[in-house]
Amino acid sequence: MTGNRTNKGLLDKSITRRTALTGLGAAAGLGLAPGFVRYSQAQSSAPIKIGFQAHRTGIGAAYGRWYEKTTNAAVKAINDAGGITGRPVEIIIEDDGTDPKRGAEVVAKFASQHKTDIVFGTLFSHVVIGSAPAAGEMKIPYYVVSEGHHVASTKLNRYCFQPGITDVKSQVIATAPWIAANAGRKVTMIFPDFAFGHDHRDYLPPALKAEGAEVIAQIAIPPTESSFTKYFPQIPAETEVIYHVMVGPAVLTFVKELGEFYGSNRPQLFGFLDSLEAVDINSPGLEFLDGSHFWEGSPRYAQSDDTDAQKAYRKAVGIDDNGAAAGDPKDVSTASHMFGCWETLYVVKKAMEDAGYKGPEDRAKLVEATEALTEFAEGPEHPQGKKLFNGKIHQCFGRQNISKVSGGKLVVVHRTAIEDGMYEPEGDYTTQAL
Amino acid sequence: MSFGPHLFLAVLEGLVTSAVLALTALGLSLVFGVMRVVNVAHGEFFMLGAVSAWFISTALGGHPAIGFVAALIISPLLVGALALLSERLVLRRLNYNPEATIVATIGMLYIIQQAALTFYGPEARPVEPPFNLRVLFPWFGYSGYKLSIIVASILLMLGTWFVLTRTRIGLIMRATQFDSETAQAFGIPVDRVYAGVFALGAMLAAIAAVLIVPIQQAHYLMGLDPLLMSFIVVIIGGLGSLRGTVVAAVLVGLSDGIISVFFSPTLAKMLATLLVAMVLVFRPQGLFGERQR
Repeated sequence: MTGNRTNKGLLDKSITRRTALTGLGAAAGLGLAPGFVRYSQAQSSAPIKIGFQAHRTGIGAAYGRWYEKTTNAAVKAINDAGGITGRPVEIIIEDDGTDPKRGAEVVAKFASQHKTDIVFGTLFSHVVIGSAPAAGEMKIPYYVVSEGHHVASTKLNRYCFQPGITDVKSQVIATAPWIAANAGRKVTMIFPDFAFGHDHRDYLPPALKAEGAEVIAQIAIPPTESSFTKYFPQIPAETEVIYHVMVGPAVLTFVKELGEFYGSNRPQLFGFLDSLEAVDINSPGLEFLDGSHFWEGSPRYAQSDDTDAQKAYRKAVGIDDNGAAAGDPKDVSTASHMFGCWETLYVVKKAMEDAGYKGPEDRAKLVEATEALTEFAEGPEHPQGKKLFNGKIHQCFGRQNISKVSGGKLVVVHRTAIEDGMYEPEGDYTTQAL
Repeated sequence: MSFGPHLFLAVLEGLVTSAVLALTALGLSLVFGVMRVVNVAHGEFFMLGAVSAWFISTALGGHPAIGFVAALIISPLLVGALALLSERLVLRRLNYNPEATIVATIGMLYIIQQAALTFYGPEARPVEPPFNLRVLFPWFGYSGYKLSIIVASILLMLGTWFVLTRTRIGLIMRATQFDSETAQAFGIPVDRVYAGVFALGAMLAAIAAVLIVPIQQAHYLMGLDPLLMSFIVVIIGGLGSLRGTVVAAVLVGLSDGIISVFFSPTLAKMLATLLVAMVLVFRPQGLFGERQR
């Protein structure tokens, strides 16, 4: 504004000689002061450093590798388009080993050693829960691409956000009506025995009950288990639907053994694609999955009605129409989750620009600017679809996909509305001090 | 599912566990029995067996049985060669000092694990079973391949028993185990026997891994569980005792199968650990081990 007025004044020649001289002198003085010059240059061109807490090793490694690919693709796209507030983005990666203790150490390392602007990225819920207190203590914004209800439950702290992917509570509320109406009304649940699985355990039964269906058995499986047949006799004979959600390296074994146990004479199956992330659905022994249904965050296979934004996103992250790495059909992606990295980075960009973010001293402003966001439109920045964001619980809400296995592919048969996954907030992070 | 079939399934599961466990634990037991080396890297040789089985079966196309059989032959040889190399480069230079070799094998564990992560990657990858047969019982279906693991393990155990008790190589190994100094005095190349035994131990783990990889997948972290279970088996059965290892493997495997089916897998692990504690208190040499002279 000031600049405009001065320009106008100069053009109008209405400025006095003294004012002009004073102004020029002051500008020259400021310009000559070496400290100031360097500082202003640093402000304008130094990269924005984002600490990426990645599962490079441990049971989350397959997800971590694709989270890294997606993040690199998003950063390239952002930098090619001029970066964030005109500054390039630099990703600094530390391996959290899919381990909560290591996760907390990594957050502290980003804050005090790498001096990153924010921390971003991790997936496994126990790592998020283990790392969140460190982010709160260090007062460094922590943007996770997890799925658990931990952020939205407001049990973490004001520095933790999940703006790029929906949470389990929202996912199961949105899909329960479809399960009750199309798959069956007597449901047996199989889930991993830790935070993420417990969200399924806690939120699906009431959601199904509201639709007139019921959960007749719940089978919790330790996350490090490598053999599953021994759990299957616990599935009651009257089960109409097996609801399964597994994670980690043993997922393929799980579905294979389920197939051996039941053969074609099986109850209906409704799975969360977590049970098959990074696994080829055409692996030998999985034929029995044909006709069963899966939840997908973002569809693994290209769909006939894909938007241009979705096509461009798939090209950028390097996956083909089958969701495998372009050029390597055996390298299956974690498409159902990794879009969250892409979208979260664009949320960070938007929030930093809204906050006029300049450096770590503006972290509190960044938190407030993120909380002020309400809606992300579907498009190149949000290829999975439109999302609503609730700044009080730091959680976004979006659409869910239900896909059917048919002809060795996953075909989306139902998309929920955003409203289907909404629930009453359980708290309010904005009341916490920054 | 009613009690009968439920128990039957539990026993089947337990026997498969026992079969693989017996082979893995036997390798650990042999190495300790003959060399007095506690090989903490044993689980990583197991993992290498599975990982190399994936490489071999992927490299060879065609019917899955071709890749599997090739893996069953080549994987143990590769792993055995690596074990031989590490024995020459590391353990021998430490003069098989018990404390030093524990630390050295811990180091080997990490090196092998990280090398697998670097060259193989973090994914869990499947190896196709040589045949896909679903054995249909009246109450449930069961993998025919899993049943064949039990048979294969029994054959391999019999083979090992034969080598140890009926051949000259076995005689030399037993002599070395009994008293290595006297054996040396009688012209037995103890040093070469040690190298051979270490390689053999690793090969047994690798064979167990190739057998299990079609039902479990190869993953770079898969070595930890078999290592712990093998330790449990070896402590219960008695170090260096073939009979003890087999009996303890069947005991631990069956109890793991049955308890985890009817109660919980955590309880099964707890009871196995309790059993180890009891054995250590009341019969430190193991159920079938001989008291140290």
